Amino acid sequence: MPLDKATVARIATLARIRVPEEELESLAAEMDKIIGWVEQLDEVTTDDVPPMASVVDVELPWRDDEVTDGDCRDKVLANAPEKVEGFFAVSKVLE
Amino acid sequence: MSELNCLTMAQARDGLAKGDFTSVELTQAHIAALEASRELNAFVTETPEQALEAAKASDARRVSSNSGGGEAGSMEGLPIAIKDLFCTEGVLTTASSHILDGFTPQYESTVTANLWRAGAGMLGKTNLDEFAMGSATVTSYYGPTVNPWRRSGDDKKLVPGGSSGGSAAAVAARAALGATGTDTGGSIRQPASFCGIVGIKPTYGRCSRWGIVAFASSLDQAGPMTRTVRDGAIMLGAMAGHDARDSTSADREVPDFEAALEKGVKGLKVGIPEEYQMKGMSPELLALWDQGKAWLTAAGAEMVPVSLPHTKYALPTYYIVAPAEASSNLARYDGVRYGLREEGETLQEMYENTRGEGFGAEVTRRVLIGTYVLSAGYYDAYYLKAQKLRTLISRDFREAFDKVDVLLTPTAPSPAFAIGEKMDDPIAMYLNDVFTVPASLAGLPAASIPAGLSGDGLPLGLQLITHPFDEETMFRAARAVEDAAAFNAEPTLMAGDGS
Repeated sequence: MPLDKATVARIATLARIRVPEEELESLAAEMDKIIGWVEQLDEVTTDDVPPMASVVDVELPWRDDEVTDGDCRDKVLANAPEKVEGFFAVSKVLE
Repeated sequence: MSELNCLTMAQARDGLAKGDFTSVELTQAHIAALEASRELNAFVTETPEQALEAAKASDARRVSSNSGGGEAGSMEGLPIAIKDLFCTEGVLTTASSHILDGFTPQYESTVTANLWRAGAGMLGKTNLDEFAMGSATVTSYYGPTVNPWRRSGDDKKLVPGGSSGGSAAAVAARAALGATGTDTGGSIRQPASFCGIVGIKPTYGRCSRWGIVAFASSLDQAGPMTRTVRDGAIMLGAMAGHDARDSTSADREVPDFEAALEKGVKGLKVGIPEEYQMKGMSPELLALWDQGKAWLTAAGAEMVPVSLPHTKYALPTYYIVAPAEASSNLARYDGVRYGLREEGETLQEMYENTRGEGFGAEVTRRVLIGTYVLSAGYYDAYYLKAQKLRTLISRDFREAFDKVDVLLTPTAPSPAFAIGEKMDDPIAMYLNDVFTVPASLAGLPAASIPAGLSGDGLPLGLQLITHPFDEETMFRAARAVEDAAAFNAEPTLMAGDGS
């Protein structure tokens, strides 16, 4: 299925990126070309191949389930575009 | 005495130790060089005051260590540049993206913290492709970086490669002794090749990713960019090490890389992957590769043909895996916690406006591709398929390494190209990484060494790839290539050389 304008618009909504209407067409064409190009992977039979889970042969480490960080509210908020009384602030979500 | 900014890192280290000059003098020379090379647009942010503070503190430590008060660090007093993808406490960190406008980290990345602990100082933050997505440092919100090299008899501005193009240009132009880079599919090695310097991507897990702005987490790895192999060994030694805050960081001793350098390549088996000899490869690149084989043979190594049958699938695999991971990593830029916010009628609109305004064209394209390949109904066809190919690509390398110790290949399919070229065809741009992406997908250590010049006078690199965590063999082979190549050509624009 070619990647059309409507699909790109749907994907852009999923990705929460505003794409101007006039750019959808060219973006769809570019993405369709890229997706068509990556589809050459279908040439390879991979039925018995496990997907890679970890690029190096290491076991993920365990640690004790304890608090190791925190108590730094002001640092967490330092870069917020808007904050109110120790919280991140956004425009009203519920009516 | 030659200009202090033209010393290698090892020379500067030894000069400081002997007391020939101070870190303040060395740092001042680099600040002057950085200012003289501003036309390259290598830096997003310059931090001269911070560099001088670090130099003064280092000089004080050296006085105290000379009188028995503790040892000098392995990079004591050396001024370096940091790719603007590493979070630096209190210093603007942009990832060269509009969406991180004004972002001032409240913490220091592990790699940079390690470098400061070793005694180094920061000259500034270098330019990159937005979120490290690119091969030419042209997608930066802060404008393209210019390669300090020019074609002979041609003044056209060339790209420095990317994404670590600002770091590569700064080091090549002698505006920094070395710089950090990050490499996801070639972002250290390809710009190193384009700018005639040494670039090292260590094994995945060798350097902590904590505090590095994430692009594709299963591929991202930090490494040094320097003018010599020895400098790369010194700097990697300072950057590397286990970090509990990155669960993929390897809990292994960091070897003394510098000690491995002069062990030679006698008896080493060097694999030549037949699939890297691609259709349409330029004769001068083939000749350089042959030259590399001849150098290593003369130094006592044995060339062994090997096959990596899935090589041609590495790039398409990468262009599924990397955008998929990027789409999820970049979900955090929501206009709420840091950086840019563009208001909207609703919260959803605010997200969309912020991200629409904040991300450039290439980042948008990759996030959309990533969202598409992960979306319901397509996950198995694309992402799962790519992860299976990754297993096969990794297996190819493992089988080759049953027979050989190190692989020798070209780093990039061409020398630096002009700014503006390859801009309208994403796939043509992606092909820059055809020789570097396979090792990234397999997490292997790889280095690019400047080995010669193209017909029109631009640097070309050769790549060496080894087993996971066998950077020492990579350094031995890299040193042998460097020694034989005796690459001493200098870029057209070199800061502060008096020419």
